[in-house]
Amino acid sequence: MIAAGCDVGSLTTKAVILNNTRLLGYAIAGSSINPEKSAAEVMEKALKAARLTFNDIGFCVGTGYGRERIEFVKKTISEISCHAKGAHFLQPSIRTIIDIGGQDCKAIRLDAKGEIVKFITNDKCASGTGRFLEVMAKLLGLELEELGSISSQATHPINLASTCTVWAQAEVIMHLNEDMSRADLAAGINEAMAARVAILARSVGIEKDACMTGGVAKNTGVLEAMEKQLGVPMRRLRVDPQMMGALGAAVFAREKMGGK
Amino acid sequence: MFVAGCDIGSLSAKAVIMKDDCIVASSIIFARPEPGESARVVMDGALKKAGLTMDDISCCVGTGYGRNGIPFARTVESEITCHGKAAQWLKPQVRMVIDIGGQDAKAIRIDETGKVVRYAYNDRCASGTGRFLEIMAASMGVDLDAMGDISSQARNPVSLSNQCVVFAETEIISLINAGRELPDIVNGLHKALSHRVASLARSIELDSEVTMTGGVAKNQGMFDALQDALGVKLIRMDTDPQIIGAVGAALLAGQKAAGNG
Repeated sequence: MIAAGCDVGSLTTKAVILNNTRLLGYAIAGSSINPEKSAAEVMEKALKAARLTFNDIGFCVGTGYGRERIEFVKKTISEISCHAKGAHFLQPSIRTIIDIGGQDCKAIRLDAKGEIVKFITNDKCASGTGRFLEVMAKLLGLELEELGSISSQATHPINLASTCTVWAQAEVIMHLNEDMSRADLAAGINEAMAARVAILARSVGIEKDACMTGGVAKNTGVLEAMEKQLGVPMRRLRVDPQMMGALGAAVFAREKMGGK
Repeated sequence: MFVAGCDIGSLSAKAVIMKDDCIVASSIIFARPEPGESARVVMDGALKKAGLTMDDISCCVGTGYGRNGIPFARTVESEITCHGKAAQWLKPQVRMVIDIGGQDAKAIRIDETGKVVRYAYNDRCASGTGRFLEIMAASMGVDLDAMGDISSQARNPVSLSNQCVVFAETEIISLINAGRELPDIVNGLHKALSHRVASLARSIELDSEVTMTGGVAKNQGMFDALQDALGVKLIRMDTDPQIIGAVGAALLAGQKAAGNG
């Protein structure tokens, strides 16, 4: 009984293959202007990792920003439901999920059964979404992934006064002209990011255990700043946090086939 | 007796010289990185036009974002006070001033003397300020000053789904890729900014006697779009709307020189 999940996000596309509760394979690639093609290619890669073919998939669920464009799914489910499902599947004690995507951010609260109690989304303002970090990384001449690793070398993180991405950009440029180290800038950027998301998270109420999902969760600078901001540890899940939506979709697919 | 007002904004610097309640000369330049330099250059420009030197100015009041860096200003006043003062002086019936600056937007309610009664201000979010148009113009490769003319050719204006500057920038790129006409996009941008500013104005209760000041008011597309968004006919200034802040500062300088204020 092979279940699959596919998550077409604004920046990356992810696929997960499950056999019952066993993760057989997964893959990730950048999203293209053609979501149909991105989804098919990533699923192909995940299947290859699992040594399977398309015909082996019993049920596939799609999620993410581009979910309606995936041709091979039997059902689509919102990212919020899928992140909740994926996190609960890995760690049933999770009650709060903070999912930072490429152009949005969500805070989700679950009950003991993994049902969603409350959630809030920001997709109106780029600040507090992955886009903020993307803009800033470009400004510093860093890869998005480097923002987290470099920030650990900071000695005097800058304090960004502006919330707005546009104004914060001007502030960072000013600091760059002052020859501020990129580590101090990156650390300040990660902290500003966490501070913005923490406001959203607090509005749904933080309950332990909490975790972060989505690509930004791999940025240890943001992760640690978030723990400091919210005063609760962020549980590290055993699967790449960026795969959570696709994993949740696969768990839903498994349930559709009658698996518990 | 000559008095002067100097308004150092984020994008442009303005100077106005007045005598006996008449505007003698004015000057506008792009702001320099250092406010003091902007002030000197723009004031020199106005003095030259008037055939005067700095010694002829009995009092100068500074205003704007960089007002504290103006070396020759006797005192400084907020832009809000200056815009209110000048708008009432130029058009006595005006009770509300909407000023869209390079990095902020203000809605100001004034009484019959030009005194500020209430105001609302946005400088937190770049969307809803002049920066919105500046960034969009740059990403479309359009001259900021040409946007008004371009938008007048719109036939089927776009409706933007994003407010955030960062997201709207991506959206217009996909609109261009989708083959939408430039005038339709520019017109849609004016509408989007107008809606932001109109809700700022409504937050302090709209008045029917409204004028628009600041450099953005020279953009006919924005003027029309704001009129639509507010649902009132805007009172048009006969004086260059971009120098209104400096005019207000000069009026206040006149009061100080005369010993009242």
